[in-house]
Amino acid sequence: MSDTHAQSVAFVRDTMLPEQAPPASEAGVVKWMRENLFPGPVNTILTLLAIYFIYKIVAGSLPWFWNGIWTTSSLAECREILQGATGGCFSVLTERWNQLLFGFKYPSDQYWRPLVAFILLAVAVAPVLFAHLPRKMLLFTGIYPFLAFWLIWGGTILSPLMVLIGVLAGLAAFRRIEASGFAMAALAGLVTAVVIWWLGGFLASAASGVLALEAVPSRDMGGFMLNMILGTVCVSLSLPIGILLALGRQSHMPIIKWICVVFIEFIRGVPLITLLFVANVVLSYFFPPETNLDLIIRVIIMITAFASAYIAEVVRGGLAALPRGQYEAADSLGLDYAQSMRLIILPQALKISIPGIVNVAVGLFKDTTLVSVISMFDLVGMIRGPILASTEWNGVYWELWGFAVLTFFVVCYGISQYSQWLERQLQRDHR
Amino acid sequence: MAEQAQMTVSDEVAITIENMNKWYGSFHVLRDINLTVNRGERIVIAGPSGSGKSTLIRCINALEEHQKGKIVVDGTLLSSDLKNIDKIRSEVGMVFQHFNLFPHLTILENCTLAPIWVRKIPKKQAEETAMHFLEKVKIPEQADKYPGQLSGGQQQRVAIARSLCMRPRIMLFDEPTSALDPEMIKEVLDTMVSLAEEGMTMLCVTHEMGFARQVANRVIFMDQGQIVEQNEPEEFFNNPQSDRTKLFLSQILGH
Repeated sequence: MSDTHAQSVAFVRDTMLPEQAPPASEAGVVKWMRENLFPGPVNTILTLLAIYFIYKIVAGSLPWFWNGIWTTSSLAECREILQGATGGCFSVLTERWNQLLFGFKYPSDQYWRPLVAFILLAVAVAPVLFAHLPRKMLLFTGIYPFLAFWLIWGGTILSPLMVLIGVLAGLAAFRRIEASGFAMAALAGLVTAVVIWWLGGFLASAASGVLALEAVPSRDMGGFMLNMILGTVCVSLSLPIGILLALGRQSHMPIIKWICVVFIEFIRGVPLITLLFVANVVLSYFFPPETNLDLIIRVIIMITAFASAYIAEVVRGGLAALPRGQYEAADSLGLDYAQSMRLIILPQALKISIPGIVNVAVGLFKDTTLVSVISMFDLVGMIRGPILASTEWNGVYWELWGFAVLTFFVVCYGISQYSQWLERQLQRDHR
Repeated sequence: MAEQAQMTVSDEVAITIENMNKWYGSFHVLRDINLTVNRGERIVIAGPSGSGKSTLIRCINALEEHQKGKIVVDGTLLSSDLKNIDKIRSEVGMVFQHFNLFPHLTILENCTLAPIWVRKIPKKQAEETAMHFLEKVKIPEQADKYPGQLSGGQQQRVAIARSLCMRPRIMLFDEPTSALDPEMIKEVLDTMVSLAEEGMTMLCVTHEMGFARQVANRVIFMDQGQIVEQNEPEEFFNNPQSDRTKLFLSQILGH
């Protein structure tokens, strides 16, 4: 007992105690190992077991990588060289890399086009992902979809250009009349855009040689490029649609609310694979006859619908997590619905929803491989179909699937790391 | 009191409430409320919890909908017309029990957001106004922090500054000190007193009877959704008329 307290109950502190550094902890490798690897008999046994398994795995797989063969032109040649020794036949990757990345029909002298589109994708996405980059870069992000379409599908630049002009003119018309009512303005914008698209269609077919790249039809798209196209397009479409659905589901207007609820619940209750079959076979019944909607577009519609329903539910969770006071404070300051959603509610709700949204995005990206089931030749489709079925490479499983695993892992791990970084950036409580 | 003499009340009417009724489902929360507030008046609304006092002031800026009767704020009739509601809300400031600052924005951004987006004031000018009011509530040095980094009392003063930045003609306070530690209550009350001295029309739901004595020129006592008694503070505290008021005062002042 301290003698200050010993005599009586009454106690007055004369001086406040200064802040002190915590006791210096005994640091070092030995301490770390004792605490983390060998704290007790059971844990010691588990540690030793784990080390043994790691050793077996590494020892078993290293020679396979080490003896790997990269230069032959068929599996038979690999086997000849290896003479029964362990070793991977990675030649399939060096020989068929083009098919794995671009599919087997994309003209090989045009590979630079998707490649350029891919590199520009990084430039276009950067300002969206990193808020500290100059906002002017968003201009390029706006142009990018049209540019990428022209690069990948080819044809005259006039078609994407006219679509872009239609969109811009529609927006301009909307802005013009916005003051006199949202519905009128939206209609005017839509009409303007459609008229320009219609005129642009004539123009593009009349002058089909203007700045034309060799046209590549959609059915020739394949390989990892197809996964990237589907993944990028569907993620960037489903996020805004999902947010709108989530807001719609919260709406006080019963019709809008029920449309959103029915859409979300229906889509969530159906496996993606059935939706893809619907896209492949049934969807054309919903469009006017003669419209020959591209298979890729039909697939994009379905995957986007699927992902937006899930994102809507994630965002709804974020909205529900916000205290009512935030809505009331925004209201009491006189902000209207759109302003309070955009400035107050969504920034906070989306921040809460980041892990969930990323979960959906990663899942969606991986689910793009399901298109191989409706005979589109994405990365998985290429491996399962043309490559494994060829006489040269029949039987090369580990190397091909390992490549697919690695490719998807790199992208998905990147997305996940980005989201964690973003969460830390948006942390506002303990800075 | 000497201070009260400086605070003038004009004859101009700021808020009129006539025969207002409100129900939550079948529960009759507000019963036949009649109240006229003149410009420059400072009214304290007291009463036991559940008496409908918060609901009453939340009806004035349409955070709650009333089902019967008439509310006119600053000459604008409160109806379901969204334009009118937004107009009234931009003229009426509100301070909440739990501050309700926007945690993702800095203190300065909290204060400039509504002036910029609702009043369409240029950013620069809005920031000057915000700094002016932050100085008035004595925390200009916190302008670049986030609400989560401030104490409760500081947050509540920011909330008051945020409302003032809209240059409201009426201020509503919904139990502004109830969520604060005793040490912080005073700093918020001081801010409110100085606001009252400048002639702001104020309606405060509060249990701070000292504040009521010092600045209010009318105290309203509510129970079971009705106005039971209203009077000048001296009369109200020294000579309460209804038994319900006497009981309430003995409980709240008795310790």
